[in-house]
Amino acid sequence: MFDNFPLWPDRASTAAGNVDALFIFLIIVSGLMTALIFTAVIYFAARYRRRKGVLAEQIEGSTPLEITWSIIPMFVFMAIFAWGALVYFKSHTPPRDSTEVYVVAKQWMWKLEHAEGQREINELHVPVGRDVKLIMTSQDVIHSFFVPAFRMKQDVLPGRYTVAWFRATKPGTYHLFCSQYCGTQHSGMIGSIIVQEPAQYEAWMNGGTTGPLSATGEKIFAELGCATCHRSDAQGRGPNLQGVFGKPVQLEDGRTVTADENYIRECILDPGSKRVKGFQPIMPTFQGLVSEEQVNALVAYVKSLAQPATNGTRTAAATPPAQDSNQAAAAGSSAGSATGSQVQ
Amino acid sequence: MSIAAPIAPPVERENYLNKEYGVGSWLLTTDHKRISLLYLLSITFFFFIGGFFALLIRLELLTPAGDLVQADTYNKLFTMHGMVMVFFFLIPSIPAVLGNFLVPMMVGAKDLAFPRINLLSWYLYVIGGVMMLHCMLTGGVDTGWTFYVPFSTAFSNTKVIEAGLAIFVAGFSSILTGLNFIVTIHRMRAPGMTWSRLPLFIWAHYATSVIQILGTPVIAITLVLVVAERALHLGIFDPKLGGDPLLFQHLFWFYSHPAVYIMILPSMGIMSEIIACFSRKRIFGYHFVALSSIAIAVFGFIVWAHHMFVAGISLYAALMFSLLSYAVAVPSAVKVFNWTATLYKGSIRYDAPMLYAFGFLGLFTIGGLTGLFLACLGVDTHVHDTYFVIAHFHYIMVGGALMGYLGGMHFWWPKISGKLYPEGWARLAALIVFIGFNLTFFPQFILGYVGMPRRYYQYPPEFQVLNVLSTAGATVLGVGYLLPMIYFLWSMRYGKPAPDNPWNAAGLEWQTQSPPTTFNFEKEPVVTWEAYNYEELDAPQAGGSH
Repeated sequence: MFDNFPLWPDRASTAAGNVDALFIFLIIVSGLMTALIFTAVIYFAARYRRRKGVLAEQIEGSTPLEITWSIIPMFVFMAIFAWGALVYFKSHTPPRDSTEVYVVAKQWMWKLEHAEGQREINELHVPVGRDVKLIMTSQDVIHSFFVPAFRMKQDVLPGRYTVAWFRATKPGTYHLFCSQYCGTQHSGMIGSIIVQEPAQYEAWMNGGTTGPLSATGEKIFAELGCATCHRSDAQGRGPNLQGVFGKPVQLEDGRTVTADENYIRECILDPGSKRVKGFQPIMPTFQGLVSEEQVNALVAYVKSLAQPATNGTRTAAATPPAQDSNQAAAAGSSAGSATGSQVQ
Repeated sequence: MSIAAPIAPPVERENYLNKEYGVGSWLLTTDHKRISLLYLLSITFFFFIGGFFALLIRLELLTPAGDLVQADTYNKLFTMHGMVMVFFFLIPSIPAVLGNFLVPMMVGAKDLAFPRINLLSWYLYVIGGVMMLHCMLTGGVDTGWTFYVPFSTAFSNTKVIEAGLAIFVAGFSSILTGLNFIVTIHRMRAPGMTWSRLPLFIWAHYATSVIQILGTPVIAITLVLVVAERALHLGIFDPKLGGDPLLFQHLFWFYSHPAVYIMILPSMGIMSEIIACFSRKRIFGYHFVALSSIAIAVFGFIVWAHHMFVAGISLYAALMFSLLSYAVAVPSAVKVFNWTATLYKGSIRYDAPMLYAFGFLGLFTIGGLTGLFLACLGVDTHVHDTYFVIAHFHYIMVGGALMGYLGGMHFWWPKISGKLYPEGWARLAALIVFIGFNLTFFPQFILGYVGMPRRYYQYPPEFQVLNVLSTAGATVLGVGYLLPMIYFLWSMRYGKPAPDNPWNAAGLEWQTQSPPTTFNFEKEPVVTWEAYNYEELDAPQAGGSH
């Protein structure tokens, strides 16, 4: 009956239940506060309406009362804050080992590329029950990736990556909206998230593909001649990229940043800004020479170079020996990579 | 009925309205009351322009398909609705009209501290307004009132520069008004008018003025940067040139969040005056209500990034701004509790201003409480940039600020015009506005949670029922807003002459004649009583029942 008149959005991700529970809690709390105030106002207005010969009784105020009705709401607010922060923290910390999808937004369409190589426009196929991490950037203005059924929203900015994640729980087709005003066809910049059972999804996945994104990246890496400097031994004029991803990097100016998606991206497009300690500023910028999709592929490739580096002996070059605690921190912050490289 | 009745003069007494006639006597006046009327005319003009845009928006949204206007036209409509309503109606509304009229009278002064600067501020407003009108008539602007970059600086091909400059110029009028109020309140209080005897209306305007002076220059700078970036490609905001689009949002909201308090604080001041008068009581917890205005003004400056929880700011910044946003909610709650407590054991009458005050309490409570939802990080992620936000800020800025403005206009209309408005019609209008408002905006809370994004020209069909409800409500609301304009105009010609103090209200503005003379008081008043001395006014020997 409510197909054409929904009063509640679909609940199709692990986050949806968390957000709904919090929302319902807020409705109850604010409902009680509203009821309290309205009842008092209506009761007083009726009970103390003007009568002939009855004067108002002057009351100066009451400090204990003032303190009470400041402190109690304060505690309630703090509880709401803490719960809200918890839900937000979860929804902004992608689990490790998520499936990755690169998203490029432009006026007025969504381009999506799976790490495995499938490309889609205004549609995203995902399996039920798997963590999906979106690594998003925009080609032009600010957009926002909004899936009401997942209670998930993240602005998509030009010039950097922002990250969001979800785990779908219910097969179906759900709205994908652009929720940040982006010009003429803003309201036409909508697509669908198609959530499938794993078997169906595998079948869809095995449809035509050009190979994994990292392989595309490797090809571009070779074509652009990156490998002449970024050699896989310690002899290159540029840092060796083996195992760099997700680790702390010491910069020429003394800062340390985590080599997350945003950092790799920045190194390609603006190599001078965060130069690795011990290397000369000889790398040219690739701003304008590579498309957003190619940058994504390159990032995916650099990321793939980090995979085998877990066997202990890394070919030391770019990263100075890092403390264990640093590595733990890096693992944590590379997850929230939208902000990881914002070191000042 | 009135103190002046026994010696009712055969001819109209001289007052600020009939002292001089002619266009020049208005356009070159330095009388704060005449300037207040100049503002009243100009902001009413812009209110109906903004309202007309709102009507077209609601009509377009009646059906899911984009069929009434073009997509680009729709984008211009909501942009200009926002710009006109925020910068040319809500921000000047109460301070520049009622504040201008009442601040000097309430503190017992002849005029504001800088009468010529006051006139200058109106001219700046008019110049800004004419620029805005010119911009709208020659093509308009489509960036949203928020001017987000890089859309506004590099992608929109509408009149962004002109709109930015119009708001830049109008901003100075706001700064000058704030400056004038602060100096007046500090330096021109009548003998005996101590800080703790000031009406709460004055405290609210003092807090507002602080925001106007400290916040407005920031939006001015920001708009200049947008104009410069658009014209000269400086690279401040453009990531391709090393700029940062989020920097713009920080600067923009640093002003535009406190701007909400420029709209709501004066309205809260009006609430205190009306509730005290119509329940015949001193405001419960006077000092807490006064200080909560200051607290709101101060905390209001450190919560701006709660507009940016999903914009790509760091997790920890988001946590801080969420926490601080809850801090600013406390003084607002304190005010509501104190007004409610003021009613207790009062002697309450339901005249039209009081009906607006009840309306304010209802709508502001809902608006304030839904603010808790948006300050809550987990929920904001879902409802940000949806109709939930639209509903919330309309409850505050229209439900709160505009209800207060209308309540104040009714309360002081006898003083301003010297005429009584028709009470029955006024009560009816208050009721229509309240019902129409809720019908328009309450469905939008649900619409937002279900997931309809804001600024959508067309939408999936399942959102239609709620949109139709909202449009129906907007029609009712429109009638509610037209009514006061009609009967106020009517009363100027046909209304009964107003006595000097028709409500038997406390406050210096009621101790002078209606309408007041040019210099407000025959001789400088000396204050020996607390604000809201209704006990003395109603004491049997004063014979003050009316």
